[in-house]
Amino acid sequence: MKKITVISGKGGTGKTSLVGSFAALASRNAVFVDADVDAANLSLIMHPRLLEEHEFTASQTASIDLSECTQCGLCRDLCRFEAISEEYIVDPVACEGCGFCSYTCPVEAIKMEDRVSGKWFVSETPFGTLVHARLGIAEENSGKLVTTIRNRGAELAEAGGKGYLLIDGPPGIGCPVIASLSGVDAALIVTEPTVSGIHDLERVLAVCRHFGITASVCINRYDLDEDQTQAIDSFCRKEKINLAGKIPFDRIVVEAMVKGMPVVEYSDGPVSKRVRSVWGSLIDELN
Amino acid sequence: MIKLAIASGKGGTGKTTVAVNLALALEDKNVQYLDCDVEEPNAHLFLKPVIENSREVGIPVPKINFDHCNFCGRCAEVCAFNALAVFQDKVMVFEELCHGCGSCSYLCPEKAITEAERPIGLLEEGTAGGIKFAHGRLNTGEAMSPPLIEAVKKVSTPGYINIIDAPPGTSCPVVSAVEGCDYCLLVTEPTPFGLNDLDLAYQMVTKMGIPSGVLINRSDLGDDRVEEYCRDKGLAILQKVPWDRELASLYARGEPVVKHLDHWRVRFRELFDKISAALKEA
Repeated sequence: MKKITVISGKGGTGKTSLVGSFAALASRNAVFVDADVDAANLSLIMHPRLLEEHEFTASQTASIDLSECTQCGLCRDLCRFEAISEEYIVDPVACEGCGFCSYTCPVEAIKMEDRVSGKWFVSETPFGTLVHARLGIAEENSGKLVTTIRNRGAELAEAGGKGYLLIDGPPGIGCPVIASLSGVDAALIVTEPTVSGIHDLERVLAVCRHFGITASVCINRYDLDEDQTQAIDSFCRKEKINLAGKIPFDRIVVEAMVKGMPVVEYSDGPVSKRVRSVWGSLIDELN
Repeated sequence: MIKLAIASGKGGTGKTTVAVNLALALEDKNVQYLDCDVEEPNAHLFLKPVIENSREVGIPVPKINFDHCNFCGRCAEVCAFNALAVFQDKVMVFEELCHGCGSCSYLCPEKAITEAERPIGLLEEGTAGGIKFAHGRLNTGEAMSPPLIEAVKKVSTPGYINIIDAPPGTSCPVVSAVEGCDYCLLVTEPTPFGLNDLDLAYQMVTKMGIPSGVLINRSDLGDDRVEEYCRDKGLAILQKVPWDRELASLYARGEPVVKHLDHWRVRFRELFDKISAALKEA
């Protein structure tokens, strides 16, 4: 079983739309993971039927018993996250769950309580199993949640004898991106021909290399600026990166999304042809 | 001082474009740009600031003094992040897991732990024409972005309009960027993905008690559900920007539209006036 993560650095380059189409092209030989846990969208085009729902608990929050608290101020002095108000109320958003206050409170008025910071799900879809999640609003630990669902996806792919685990990654280069890349066989970086797209491609590629992961590149909406596309093409050549393909701008991609369908299922036009060839190139590169 | 955050939930909806053009349209006022998308900072590609100073930002991590450590294991016991492991004659520190809370050094019975800064990224400050500029650049392979975001926000100048370009999403990095702001402009697109993420972002700012309004970008590419949502929630739509090949092309080359097309300067001034009016109401 081969694991592939689709990332981009910059948001909104078309990762999820592309993964939705790959799902349709993978002929039920894959398990899918939506690792963009704080803005999960893959389910909007994969029509999941819920099989399992789990609570995600990875951290704690301090809770002050005001009837015991003597308002000595030690916790407020020691907390580096400014999470305790003048009224000795803990701000759950600012609290990192380190427990420093609870260990040091002279009257033991502070308890640490488990915190449910999200949910994760296993669902059946027309294209195969999808493991997805919803991080609670303004919650932390998105990296740990990504690791949880990625591992569960890998188990399900192994158990089902599937050929691929396909992970829809988050934007950026930080904690959830690193978690979605950990231990995968290949990454596909979806970029766009803009100064931002190229800048972010370079940064996310550096992250892949830092973790020893081979990356391919796909240029989405390549015809919006042929000069920048040329620049990405040259960059890939120079860096010896597989350019898996170029996809033109087409309003049909948004139309498909509005209909809740992967574009390759919605249309047989030029975009769909190019998406098929990107998937083909990615699979060739892996094998 | 005004602190105005530009956020979105979904990536790639046009946060940086809106923030950059808004800053440029207000150039004659005292305005400061704080790019808090430290994982992928892009505003400098458009504003092209002259960087005048640059410094490393780090978080405090434990350093063990083995002359005093007796391997009691208390530090590992109190660490909520598994950043310390104590063996019979060895202590391992996993610096990348450390949140810098300070529990271990404070609670070590032998006072054998001090703290040293571990760099996580770079804070750069400068000017772009009349605009004061700062951004953070997170180191490659680094997971912990919020302390760098906080450092960028600390640069904000009293008496200025501070425009905070937030990262995408709704978790800790965005919360760090948006926290303490007076207003949050949510940039979205009228697609199912845009709507789903707008809802999450709106819930986030509401939970944080920050007034907000919406800008719909590429307003003709999609359907009406975002507008219906805004109507239902009583969320003001401050501006709609249709998809336009000329705008896309200027963006692709790193050219802010207000520098090229004067009517856009007027539109972004109007956007700011609407935000100011909403702020007065709130």
